[in-house]
Amino acid sequence: MNLAFRDVRHNLFRFVLTCLGLGLLMTVVLAMMGIYNGLVSDALNIVKAPQADIWVVEADTQGPFAEASKIPDDTRDAVARLHGVAEAGSITYQTIEAPFKGATLRLYAIGYERGRLGGPRAIVAGRGLEASHFELVVDAKAGMVLGDTIVLGRNRFSVVGLVKDTMNSGGDPAIFLTLADAQVLQTQLAPPAARVQAARGVAGASGATVAAVIARLDPNVDAQSVVQTVRQWKHLSALTQADQEDILIKSVVDKARKQIGLFLGILLTVSAVVIALIIYTMTMEKLKQIATLKLIGAPDRTIIGLIVQQSVALGVVGLGLGLVLILTVKDYFPRRVLLEPVNALVLTGIILAVCVLASGLGVRAALKVDPATALGG
Amino acid sequence: MERKVIVDIKGVAKHYGAGEARVDALRNLDLQVHAGEVVALLGPSGSGKTTLLNIIGCIIAPSEGQVSLDGELVFDTRWLRNDLRRLRLDKIGFIFQAHNLLPFLNATDNVALVLQLAGKSRAQAQERALELLDYLEVGNRARAMPALLSGGEAQRVAIARALANTPRIILADEPTAALDSARAGIVMDLLRKLAAEQEACIIAVTHDEKILDRFDRLFHLRDGRLEDDR
Ligand SMILES: Nc1ncnc2c1ncn2[C@@H]1O[C@H](COP(=O)(O)OP(=O)(O)OP(=O)(O)O)[C@@H](O)[C@H]1O
Ligand SMILES: [Mg+2]
Repeated sequence: MNLAFRDVRHNLFRFVLTCLGLGLLMTVVLAMMGIYNGLVSDALNIVKAPQADIWVVEADTQGPFAEASKIPDDTRDAVARLHGVAEAGSITYQTIEAPFKGATLRLYAIGYERGRLGGPRAIVAGRGLEASHFELVVDAKAGMVLGDTIVLGRNRFSVVGLVKDTMNSGGDPAIFLTLADAQVLQTQLAPPAARVQAARGVAGASGATVAAVIARLDPNVDAQSVVQTVRQWKHLSALTQADQEDILIKSVVDKARKQIGLFLGILLTVSAVVIALIIYTMTMEKLKQIATLKLIGAPDRTIIGLIVQQSVALGVVGLGLGLVLILTVKDYFPRRVLLEPVNALVLTGIILAVCVLASGLGVRAALKVDPATALGG
Repeated sequence: MERKVIVDIKGVAKHYGAGEARVDALRNLDLQVHAGEVVALLGPSGSGKTTLLNIIGCIIAPSEGQVSLDGELVFDTRWLRNDLRRLRLDKIGFIFQAHNLLPFLNATDNVALVLQLAGKSRAQAQERALELLDYLEVGNRARAMPALLSGGEAQRVAIARALANTPRIILADEPTAALDSARAGIVMDLLRKLAAEQEACIIAVTHDEKILDRFDRLFHLRDGRLEDDR
């Protein structure tokens, strides 16, 4: 007969309650993992969206996702004329704030040239930009619907299309607008000092800049050789798509990874301590029973089994509850929670290890119990 | 008729601690208990009753002397902890002051557990457990959890558990302390019957004056020494 199971059944209410508590903790752990995945995937979405092969950016910078990059907007013509380049397009990125329905939205504005590279990939509702001004394609998370209008800078834009899962690494939903509109917006929203300089016509402060030029290459053209060519130009640098993704992961996501990793570490430690504590008190309450078991001749195996099995059951049921819970609530999170089977698997492994380790404390106490204590007197 | 000696203790001493703090719980003690005998250990608090019971029960080792149980010399150097555990399982039954039943197992399973630990199959264990409970007249409570049993019922289930593996030695620490005198008498009669039927010996620590007439012999312990009364 399985003593662990019988004991759990006898104290079912307490066991369920404990599992529930642990389940909530697991929910948070899973949410952390999911948020991290979502963050990486969203960040990469933005870089992958233009389906480019190379990125031409300001010299000595790592591209628009790592730092500010400003290049003249006639760069595109030069790039397009390069041998091996099939298509090229200018693109701008900026984070803006705009009032909408009484709240202030933070949006990630992507300006691109209609008919060239850089536009929204999969439109889930409505259409792409057709007019050359004042139209937007918006990520659904921004909370806008087709036909909504919003004032950006000094102009009113209307939403004509929706996309999904497109946001920067900070979680700000993306909006797509024409390059021309984006450049106007850039000057309108620029700090006053910069605007004054622009009015005076100071070189380099004019509005006619873009963040990057992206290019798609002909088949069988080596991206590296094109990159080398661009690097010989003054004031410009170039990155392959793979470089760009790497940089993004390193510069932007790495910080988040460290933060979330730290949180995860803390949470897992807390879980371990909680599990160890629960198992330990559960064992302490049973010391007399354990002494009795020893006295009537139960082998250590039986006693260790009782403790470790309960501990593992606690972990597994808690984790199961956590999984069910996170899958139910994940769509209500402000950030995308992206869970992959491998996460659940890894966490299961960790929790099992934690449970076995945590029960060590209880097992130690149980094995030290003198069977004579059962006799009393 | 010469009855077989089951518990044979020669020159046993037990001391705890060393130097200034040394406590001599038992000093040079001899004791023989025969099959079918029911004996009582009496004596003031601290006289070494529990210590003696623990030594006979293979829970603690004596500091000096020899202990033979059912013809086997125990506690010499070749005995391992695990062998002693096995010996407890097969040859010794314990009855406690409080019944010490496992609260998460029903009456039958409490008894069946020790049978299964000794290697019986589940079905065999259940069958024998029910037999024993019937024999002790608590068969009607076979499926009840310990918390729902009366003191007397629980003590009888505990006795059934102590008897399950037909031990040669039954050790009891205050077996009747939790029972009223009528119940205590019934339990003692039962133990006497068992000792006779199963050729086992019963050694009980007790303070209970009312049941002293139910013992074959009374041993008085004082400062770790023994005085045989009857
Ligand atoms: N583990 C131990 N360590 C040190 N001293 C002990 C230990 N166990 C018992 N003693 C001492 O040994 C002596 C005998 O103790 P024991 O428990 O055998 O007495 P007892 O006759 O059972 O007493 P009571 O009637 O109070 O239960 C006591 O002086 C006690 O303090
Ligand atoms: Mg005592």
